[in-house]
Amino acid sequence: MTRAGLPSRADLRPDLAAIADMIPEGTRVLDIGCGDGALLEYLVKVKQVDGRGLELIQTNVNQCVARGLSVVQGDADTDLSEYPSGIFDIVILSQTIQATWQPEYVLNELLRIGKRSIVSFPNFGHWRVRASLVLKGRMPVTRALDHTWYDTPNIHLCTISDFLALAKKSGARIEKAQTLDGDGHTRSLRAEAWKANIFAEGAIFLMAKN
Amino acid sequence: MSETLIPRFLRPMKAPGENAGYALELGPEHPLVLDSGKVLSPLTIAYITYGTLNAERSNAVLITHALTGDQFVASTHPVTGKPGWWDLAVGPGKPIDTDRFFVICANVLGGCMGTTGPASIDPATGKIYGLNFPLVTIRDMVRAQAMLLDQLGIEKLLCVIGGSMGGMQALQWAATYPERVFSAMPIATGARHSAQNIAFHEVGRQAIMADPDWRGGDYNSFDVHPSKGLAVARMAAHITYLSEAALQRKFGRELQDRQALSFGFDADFQIESYLRHQGMTFVDRFDANSYLYITRAMDYFDLAADFDGVLAEAFRGTKARFCLVSFTSDWLFPTSENKRIAHALNASGANVSFVEIESDRGHDAFLLDEPELFQVMQGFLGSAASARGVK
Repeated sequence: MTRAGLPSRADLRPDLAAIADMIPEGTRVLDIGCGDGALLEYLVKVKQVDGRGLELIQTNVNQCVARGLSVVQGDADTDLSEYPSGIFDIVILSQTIQATWQPEYVLNELLRIGKRSIVSFPNFGHWRVRASLVLKGRMPVTRALDHTWYDTPNIHLCTISDFLALAKKSGARIEKAQTLDGDGHTRSLRAEAWKANIFAEGAIFLMAKN
Repeated sequence: MSETLIPRFLRPMKAPGENAGYALELGPEHPLVLDSGKVLSPLTIAYITYGTLNAERSNAVLITHALTGDQFVASTHPVTGKPGWWDLAVGPGKPIDTDRFFVICANVLGGCMGTTGPASIDPATGKIYGLNFPLVTIRDMVRAQAMLLDQLGIEKLLCVIGGSMGGMQALQWAATYPERVFSAMPIATGARHSAQNIAFHEVGRQAIMADPDWRGGDYNSFDVHPSKGLAVARMAAHITYLSEAALQRKFGRELQDRQALSFGFDADFQIESYLRHQGMTFVDRFDANSYLYITRAMDYFDLAADFDGVLAEAFRGTKARFCLVSFTSDWLFPTSENKRIAHALNASGANVSFVEIESDRGHDAFLLDEPELFQVMQGFLGSAASARGVK
């Protein structure tokens, strides 16, 4: 916290800070899987967004509301259908799509209820992941994917190329793309998506429906 | 026949120095037109306030009470001498901070602690209303509260907050007077009374009506009170306020002041003794006809009914912020009922929070020491206050 009692960008996880930078001030934002509300609180207090959260874990929800945030307990897999179309300027789904039961449905709902959507996820095409499978024959455990196969919440992992294919199928237009390294630091993702698919540990996409 | 008889609950024993509240008398120039089409006038609204209304008149918080609650939210109860029913939540430095907010709580229409109800005098006959009192609804209660706010010069509430039937009133406030509600916190409630809840209320009403002392609702004329029936109603209702787990934890099969079963119908078990005590103490502070009228108001409550059954329509375009709270072991107003409201608010694009709190204490949890509830309350009220610019 800074002197003024405002949350500071420097205290945000780097990938969340990168997402925060994509969000214009004063917009209406839904953060799906908002966790303890760190990003949402920053957006509401520093960027004056009209922010809402949807979070699966009840203790996180209660913590968010006690912080003065507007958060509803709910499940991205089932509860997005109740939101009207285009109600939010931006919908955020950070490090969550790979843990949903129906990633395609969730992505379509995102594109429906938000004028723009931001999705971030770990890249299963990263060379360490490939190496672990090819050389060791074991399910990969990396900085970005730090769970064993038997306790991971990540049931629908994908590569950057996989995600781009789904985004195309869903009629999404990519407006901005960034890669993430293992510490969550960003680099902008250019035309060489194949390179990113090998060397990036994660990615963030800002999209709109075509 | 006794002409002078006034039920005990109508003349509160004021403790010296205690905040006993006020009574607003509204004459024929302020008639209350009820949902039934009938007109209620004159009207008395008994209420209590804490804290100070700021110059901008922007820090008013209305607390709406439950079925058997009253305006004594944070003051010693004038009849029972017990602390206010939400003493834990309301006071200086407490989650509903009376150092910061101007807190108002009024006895509901149809109640028996000073607001006009079936135990009031019917101006048409000069006798106690009894069953001549018109049926009132949750919306009628809210209309009466709005009349009180008009008199207090409060245009818009910072927050309307209440549990159970108080939550119904908070929802009704947001639906009926969207421009007068900056935020609402309905706790452990529903947007309609379920079949099961109507069923329990009907059991209670039948118990009262089956008491020979009820006398068709005219018991005041006979100087009696259907205390046995009202006590049974309270006992049945009280079970619905708890949970199986809490009953088991608190009482189990423990015996009351005895080593062995009596082989009779005494209160052998602690739970029986507890319920009898709850029933007996309740009749000292509550009017049987009020119980009939208020339970009926809850039964009639269905917020979506005026909007072709679409609850989201009740909140269309609302700018109010909402915070809904449920408790895991509440089977009277379960999480699913509260969540239904949250879904409707989401669908109408409203600013809504929904919190479910883990507790085994059933519906009553909202009145008890639940730190998580208080944290949420403080966080929600605090953010509403800062959004409205209340210092």
